[in-house]
Amino acid sequence: MSRISDAFAKEKAFIPFITGGDPDIETSYELIKAMAKQGADVIEIGIPFSDPIAEGPVIQEADLRALSAGTTTDALFDMVTRLRKEIDTPLIFMTYMNPIYVYGTERFMKRCSEVGIDGVIVPDVPFEEKAELSGACKQYGVDLISMIAPTSKERIERIAKEAEGFIYCVSSLGVTGVRSEITTDIGAMVQHVKAVTDTPVAVGFGISTPEQAKKMAALSDGAIVGSAIVKLVAKYGKDAVPYVADYVKSMKDAVLQA
Amino acid sequence: MSETGRYGEYGGQYVPETLMNAVHELEDAYEHYKNDPEFNRELEDLLKNYAGRPSLLYYAEKMTKDLGGAKIYLKREDLNHTGSHKINNVLGQVLLAKKMGKTRVIAETGAGQHGVATATAAALMGMECEIFMGKEDTERQALNVFRMELLGAKVHPVTTGTMTLKDAVNEAMREWTSRVDDTLYVLGSVMGPHPFPMIVRDFQSVISKESRQQILEAEGKLPDAVVACVGGGSNAMGSFYEYIKDEGVALIGCEAAGLGVNNPKNAATVANGSMGIFHGMKSLFCQNEYGQIAPVYSISAGLDYPGIGPEHAWLNETGRATYVPITDEEAVEAFEYLSRTEGIIPAIESAHAIAQVMKIAGTMDKDQIIIATVSGRGDKDVAAIARYRGVEIYE
Repeated sequence: MSRISDAFAKEKAFIPFITGGDPDIETSYELIKAMAKQGADVIEIGIPFSDPIAEGPVIQEADLRALSAGTTTDALFDMVTRLRKEIDTPLIFMTYMNPIYVYGTERFMKRCSEVGIDGVIVPDVPFEEKAELSGACKQYGVDLISMIAPTSKERIERIAKEAEGFIYCVSSLGVTGVRSEITTDIGAMVQHVKAVTDTPVAVGFGISTPEQAKKMAALSDGAIVGSAIVKLVAKYGKDAVPYVADYVKSMKDAVLQA
Repeated sequence: MSETGRYGEYGGQYVPETLMNAVHELEDAYEHYKNDPEFNRELEDLLKNYAGRPSLLYYAEKMTKDLGGAKIYLKREDLNHTGSHKINNVLGQVLLAKKMGKTRVIAETGAGQHGVATATAAALMGMECEIFMGKEDTERQALNVFRMELLGAKVHPVTTGTMTLKDAVNEAMREWTSRVDDTLYVLGSVMGPHPFPMIVRDFQSVISKESRQQILEAEGKLPDAVVACVGGGSNAMGSFYEYIKDEGVALIGCEAAGLGVNNPKNAATVANGSMGIFHGMKSLFCQNEYGQIAPVYSISAGLDYPGIGPEHAWLNETGRATYVPITDEEAVEAFEYLSRTEGIIPAIESAHAIAQVMKIAGTMDKDQIIIATVSGRGDKDVAAIARYRGVEIYE
């Protein structure tokens, strides 16, 4: 079991996401500390990318804000080094293949293990291309988080069998962003996974309200929320910490009721 | 190709999980239909009776005499229906979409030529059509936007990122992930995830299939050089493909150097790019040390793209093809030169290839032959060239 899987062991998990460096590194640092304190079980930190093809407008704009503020991959590694003196919560980098590849995949994973990053989520690397990352991930003990989507169908079994950390169940077609309704049969997808592996499953894409989080966590092992939090950061900027902290607390409470 | 969708190390299938079954479905459908006699008969009929193929291989006699070296032939893709090579690929892909039971096609476009071609094929085959085009390009090519709308397509101006071709591709991919069952993404170039680079190459290779036969009929021998412009690289791939095995034929791709290869405002991917993984493929990209894709620039909206198709990256690495940068200024001069000398107004994209011909023809012997592809006609560019020369006219 990895540190990430362990985070699901005792109760339903809440997994918040923020874009690293939005609006600046200092605010991200404080946000992550606050989210950990409010009960986030795993925290996803986005490394901003110029062309995030799996993201909706909210996170696209956050990436742009972070890059305009001068955020780099190295600056985020440094931020995590500092965070590790304060928090134990498992941390995951979410980014696209190009920033990892150009940094040097092996060098990237080595830095991850040095600073205390537990896993990576790379939405443009599907099962068939995971050899691009899996060797370096294994070598440095970084979980490579797999995604399954409503279109995955017969692919779920293959993906789930090799999954590490947790399985990211994409709730809906399309890109990230707040949705008023999630129509996919999440229960069936999760059952499909559970038939082949004990790796926990968390649901993301489109979740914003405590009711949705509770519902999704009831069907799985946890809920992932990105755009709703990033929206608060967009609205309050450097003053976002208390708002995000309150929100994370309310979401964690909702997930615990599932 | 070594393994599925790879050209050496380049290529691959780097797309979100949501799209994996869709790209596999396309792969399977293409493998089936490419050998289906009925599909091929229908496509041939469309190419002949709708697009107007074969396109002419025209001997540019005045240009040949003026430049005083190699004999210059122009492969006239500008004479195709819709005015560019884009129709070759689009007729194939939209027909394939129809056979697959899809009812809707989406596409990205830069200059608007691929968008117009897609809208045209969709109108002909009764498909719903939506086109994604960078907002900056909708302004540079306003006439093409209206043309697509006339053809019944819905045009979405893309306001994210640099608001050009790369952002249009991002947005079309995002749209495809949100509606995949009834929709095929008709990619316009030899780029993106496998099987697109292969499918687009195969449909565009009609250019070199014809030109090889035409030059053998006209001259009794193969050309010494084939020259074509390269953005993503579809007309170049189509112009090169049948000659790859003919080792004596030099293959020259002309990329957009904008204000110069040493000026930040350029789109010369082979000259300035490095290996990366983006838009579904491992290839060469203009980017910074952290893998952020660079904002690129060219006077030509169709070449204004920060990457290149994976098979071109491979042809470059093996040395089978060479890629040269052509500046805005050189392209505009070639645009004017071909108009004046031969009475052919080329697309500003194609003018990049003509500029290279102007550089090399005079250095070659009179018994040598160059084939340059005029990938499209230049009507769409007339107002922009006027503005470049300081004359304020608008479409």
